[in-house]
Amino acid sequence: MEKFSYVNATSLEQVTSLLSESGWGEVMLIAGGTDLLAELKEYIETPKTLVNLKTLPGMDSIEADASGLKIGALATVADIAMHPTIQHHYTVLSQAAGSVATPQIRNVGTLGGNLCQRPRCWYYRDESTDCLKKGGDICYAVDGLSKYHAILGGDPVYIVHPSDLAPALIALGASVKIVGPEGEKTMSLEEFFTLPAANPFRENVLEPNEIVVEVSVPAPKPNTKSFYLKAREKGAPDFALSSVAGVFEMDGKTCKTASIVLGGVAPAPWRSKEAEAAVTGKMIDESVSQQAGTDAVKDAEPLNDNMYKVTLTRNLVSRAAMMAAS
Amino acid sequence: MASWGEASESRLIGKRVTRLSGKDKVTGKAKYTFDINEPGMLYGRILRSETAHATVMGIDLSEAEALPGVKAVIPLIEVGNKLRYQGQEIAAVAAETDDIAKDAIRLIHVDLEELPHVVTEDDAMAEGAPQIREDWANNQSEPNVREDGDINTGFDEAAVEVEATYHTPVQTHVCLETHGHVAKWEDEQNLTVWASTQGVFGVRNDFAQHFELPANQVRVITEHMGGGFGSKFGPGIEGRTAVELARITGKAVKLMLTRKAEHLVAGNRPSMTQQVRAGATSDGRLIAYDMKGYGTGGISSGAGFTGPYVYHVPNSRAERVNVAVNAGNQRAMRAPGHPQGAFAMDSLMDELAEKLGMDPVEFRRINDPNEVRQAQYTLGAQEIGWHRRNSVPGSGTSVKKRGMGVGSGQWGGGGGRGTEARVTINADGTVEAVTGTQDIGTGIRTVIAMIVAEEFGLETTDVRVKVGDSQPGLPSGGSGGSQTTPSVAPVIKTAAAAAKQKLFERIAPLLDAPVGDLRVGTGTIYVVSDRTKTITWKQATGQLGMESISEGGTWEEDLRQNGAAGTQFAEVEIDTQTGAIRVIKIVAVQDCGLAINRLTTESQVNGGVIMGLGQAILEERFMDPVTGRMLNANLEDYKVPGTFEIPEIKSIVFDTHRKVTGVGEPPCIPTPGAIANAVYNAIGVRIRSLPITPDKILDALAEKA
Repeated sequence: MEKFSYVNATSLEQVTSLLSESGWGEVMLIAGGTDLLAELKEYIETPKTLVNLKTLPGMDSIEADASGLKIGALATVADIAMHPTIQHHYTVLSQAAGSVATPQIRNVGTLGGNLCQRPRCWYYRDESTDCLKKGGDICYAVDGLSKYHAILGGDPVYIVHPSDLAPALIALGASVKIVGPEGEKTMSLEEFFTLPAANPFRENVLEPNEIVVEVSVPAPKPNTKSFYLKAREKGAPDFALSSVAGVFEMDGKTCKTASIVLGGVAPAPWRSKEAEAAVTGKMIDESVSQQAGTDAVKDAEPLNDNMYKVTLTRNLVSRAAMMAAS
Repeated sequence: MASWGEASESRLIGKRVTRLSGKDKVTGKAKYTFDINEPGMLYGRILRSETAHATVMGIDLSEAEALPGVKAVIPLIEVGNKLRYQGQEIAAVAAETDDIAKDAIRLIHVDLEELPHVVTEDDAMAEGAPQIREDWANNQSEPNVREDGDINTGFDEAAVEVEATYHTPVQTHVCLETHGHVAKWEDEQNLTVWASTQGVFGVRNDFAQHFELPANQVRVITEHMGGGFGSKFGPGIEGRTAVELARITGKAVKLMLTRKAEHLVAGNRPSMTQQVRAGATSDGRLIAYDMKGYGTGGISSGAGFTGPYVYHVPNSRAERVNVAVNAGNQRAMRAPGHPQGAFAMDSLMDELAEKLGMDPVEFRRINDPNEVRQAQYTLGAQEIGWHRRNSVPGSGTSVKKRGMGVGSGQWGGGGGRGTEARVTINADGTVEAVTGTQDIGTGIRTVIAMIVAEEFGLETTDVRVKVGDSQPGLPSGGSGGSQTTPSVAPVIKTAAAAAKQKLFERIAPLLDAPVGDLRVGTGTIYVVSDRTKTITWKQATGQLGMESISEGGTWEEDLRQNGAAGTQFAEVEIDTQTGAIRVIKIVAVQDCGLAINRLTTESQVNGGVIMGLGQAILEERFMDPVTGRMLNANLEDYKVPGTFEIPEIKSIVFDTHRKVTGVGEPPCIPTPGAIANAVYNAIGVRIRSLPITPDKILDALAEKA
């Protein structure tokens, strides 16, 4: 990696002021470092300054009450996976967190880092390949090897968003608190992520001088069932070939409301309004669940090597719906 | 005739003994090459090509040389020469720290004129493809053709026929300890190198020749090493570079490959694509086999694979070519050519059996001339519960479907001459066994200790075993071809027997008995005709006074045997909605002759099965046709089995005789075929291309539906 200076953060004001001194990539934030260190070692990122967020007090808490959850950006993935309230009432989030990487990585990886991690695309991660995401001319996945790439929302960059926590949190209706030089703002996590058509170089709307500080999750309605289904080639560690975060408010076998968010198939966590519509207000049976699966992928545009993801995603969505009714 | 004696007489041989180095390994005390640190040591790094095919127009080392902390920078390719694959060596540096070395290679500027590349077999064989090897037309070697009988007559007799194409991709070795060396010149004429190698003496001789030194002035040490699988016989360019950097700087130099370089240049198992047509008679006899296939070993040749395999086919024709691509060279990889060929043959056998309406095991019984495997089919089928398998492949309506399959393998493993050893008995009762072999991970140290301890009536922990060092000048061959134990064990056995004989001669007068009447007990020596005459081992060796007994051994052919048959049965479960494949159980019945240490023999079988499972369901090198680079030269996207993938392994050591046969390689051969057949039995769709991953399963199921 290139040399950099290392600053321990003392306050959010200091962090945003350091970030404001430069554009993208000069000053970067590090918490667990499980993603960033690999990027530094591969020379994908070459910051001049790293700001260590771990020294910020109180940002790693998980607060749970009747209204919902407040999770600090520095809470570790392991803390989220093991939190008893999350395990009982926010099952999808606990399952998603538990599916991340390995115990070692979950012990140091943080919520903020997980949401802001960069793509795993093998062209993007190769220093010598000047791909569109890094400012080059083309997305190599289009004509190249695309087994692990996007089937939805890809154009013009076919990376997939690698986060497991993001689909789960979006399905739970989470919002994210962001701090910048002008103070703080809160937005829905769904709107936080962007597609390459809007900005091929980034995966979210953060400005270079902003930082994610907290995620809030409203308490699920009574009789809510939620699941995170993650298909992968290897037990661990492996990123999702496709994943489904499903949150279903049920009345017996009838679905009152649903939110279904896909991971591993699009450059951003992909909310499937089509699949939600297919189950909402319906008594979920085999045919309804299959319709949900089919609707979830009806706009899919697979590349050369990832037609299987269409089948896989369809089946996972159907499975999630059937689980809600069982 | 030399013999290992009867099982009933053995106290240690054939038993399960925990490996002597186990504690050192799990506590981190064991020193691997990576762990060697010499005072003032420098760190070596190699600049490698990121371009698959180019002419080197210029190399500028000056900026790297100027970096503080850099002690040497050397070119590894001449201007005007061609780079022919990603990872090829361009230049090397030695620096005070590894970080400085890393920075320095980035300051080397290389001017390249890019040439068109081909990195896939299809692209290489396409019409008008760039020619990347001057000695081959169309990037292909002359075909190697083997014929037996007459295939036309054979096909005339066939009642059923199958035509299919089978494919296995390039696999890399993934040694957990990457290739590497620590080189140190003691003076201008004496070189010491710690090497992660499976051939201590081969590496010594290479260095001696290359650096023009007498062989006995080069010392190569491999105390422990983290895997070789056939890729670590020679020092490679990286080894010679480490020694050269050490020579120039006058300091010790450590140069270990990065994980990426390990994938790119440290060897691989060639790919295989074969189109085969085969026929069988209505009574289930294989009668004709016609195969045309190719594989790539990168820019080099050596992409052979077996076929027909194991089963008897009276009429066969097999034609194979090597295809050159711009990628790193193949090297021997655990049973070279066999797992690829076995996967294709065992898949083909199942396809024929189905056309005949025969049970796949029954069909094998008819066509397998090997008596050992005939017995193994019975045992393996019983152990997996073959009767439980789907009688109709793919039947049932459940989401998760289970199936079973069988596969076979054959290997040599008979060992050979060329090992010298010395067994020493000291007056204080201590015992040493020394030889120049190396422990590639199979536990040869423990095997040596067991043999000596058995001979002397001692415990394995009483024997000090020294291997992995060329200094004592007791050569042994490389640990490859499953040859280590059958090459080393007979020599140790005869050396120990000779030393024991010498000791008996010394103490016979003391016990007032003929030498021939002396026997070892447990820590004792006694007279067989008068058991009251017993002395302890230490009393006996005490007679040596200032002397010690030190004897060499000879390789006795009667103590080893060539030929290791194996059969495996697999049970798998497929999630038909996600394509997820779970291998539930592998029964591995492995012929091995006399398993000196049953525990480490079982471990070798376990390791082989796990490696075969990786090939079956996970491993594949992805080459990008556009950039010419390997896309998964890491352990994230080059996936090897982890704990979640490893099934229940029932490793059955099938010891049919009391002669030693090596089994390092054969247990990885039958696994992919057995798994592929189990997948078919589960879902009724055949996947003819490895690895069998969810994408292929889902695509195949979709096509069937």
